[in-house]
Amino acid sequence: MSPILSVHALGIRRGGRLLFEQLSFEAGPGDFIEVRGANGAGKTSLLRAIAGFLRPSAGAVEFSAAAAGLHFLGHQNGVKGAVSARAHVDYWVGLFGGAASDALERVGLQAQAELPARVLSQGQARRLALARLLSAPRPLWLLDEPAAGLDANGRDLLAGLIDAHRREGGVVVAALHESIGSAPTQTLNLGAA
Amino acid sequence: MKAIIATFWRDVALLWSGGGGALAPLGYFIGAVVLAPLAMGPDRTLLAAAGPPLAWVAAALAVLASLEKLFQADLEDGSLDQMLLSDTPLEALVFAKGAALWLVVGLPLAFAAGPAAIALQAPLERVPVIIVSLLLGLAAFIGAGLVGAAVAAGVKRGGVLIALLVLPFFAPPIIFGASVAAGQDIDAALALLAGCALFGCVLGPFAAAAALRLQAE
Repeated sequence: MSPILSVHALGIRRGGRLLFEQLSFEAGPGDFIEVRGANGAGKTSLLRAIAGFLRPSAGAVEFSAAAAGLHFLGHQNGVKGAVSARAHVDYWVGLFGGAASDALERVGLQAQAELPARVLSQGQARRLALARLLSAPRPLWLLDEPAAGLDANGRDLLAGLIDAHRREGGVVVAALHESIGSAPTQTLNLGAA
Repeated sequence: MKAIIATFWRDVALLWSGGGGALAPLGYFIGAVVLAPLAMGPDRTLLAAAGPPLAWVAAALAVLASLEKLFQADLEDGSLDQMLLSDTPLEALVFAKGAALWLVVGLPLAFAAGPAAIALQAPLERVPVIIVSLLLGLAAFIGAGLVGAAVAAGVKRGGVLIALLVLPFFAPPIIFGASVAAGQDIDAALALLAGCALFGCVLGPFAAAAALRLQAE
């Protein structure tokens, strides 16, 4: 089983302070990597470095050539208040080269599809951001505290989406404070060493 | 290509829906050209000489007012991260955003400049060429403005910083545009304006995308 994502001896500095170094792991199809650590341990920085937004101070992130592309769900939802939920999904389908999908139905927002995103609650906006993961199939999902703002129902939904993605051979790397339903294949503890 | 079109139409919709985001620069422009003759007094020859070029200054400042939120909102709400993850290069998406700004802000401004130029005592036969020159000039302004807006995206109330960065690059189009508005060397000035517009449209997105990649860190 060849890895989709491999991280070699990664080290990240933010503002002159070393967050972590010599971090290595691999993830193949179906893997779910859980990233744990205290506030400021570098969970978000790790995810942003894997996504390519942040330049690591040492080490490298490699993707298998066959499985390119990733989705990133950060603290910000990437949602515009003036635009309807349906228009968001249409935009993401265009941006990520997906096909017209049932993403809104799968995250339970079909009733709010035509509403501008500014009237959505925080949890509903988070569900809309989850719909982005479904707007185009991409093998790697990077999720930064994905359950933030979600109710119990929403957390079940999130666990279901992660399980479905893993069954299809996808990889999930998620920064979490408490476990969600899906069982991780590996847990990285940042700042523990 | 799909990503570029999706970005373009999304930005057109956002500019329209943003609480007068599209109409505010137009109102600013009209206000400025209405005030100019009041400030200059009743001398018609003075107005005929100074008025039409003043329309260019008003247009440049109106564009400046529309730049501050262009990338700042994308940076704050996480949309920029998503643009970086598209298979389409960020440069092309930035170009699409600039094109949307030109359509929603630039086009109405250029056409409003027609009646404005007449009010400022420009001869009637010169009005079409003034509109064409502004269409080119506004493309040049927006091309340069993309860079300033991208550099200042992470700065709260970055409007002043954008003005400082961008106004030097507004100088060439203003010089040639005022020359068209005053009726001097119209053909040569239009050719140079087209050059400025091309320069801004090609280099602006590259410089702006480089600045935005740094902001995403």
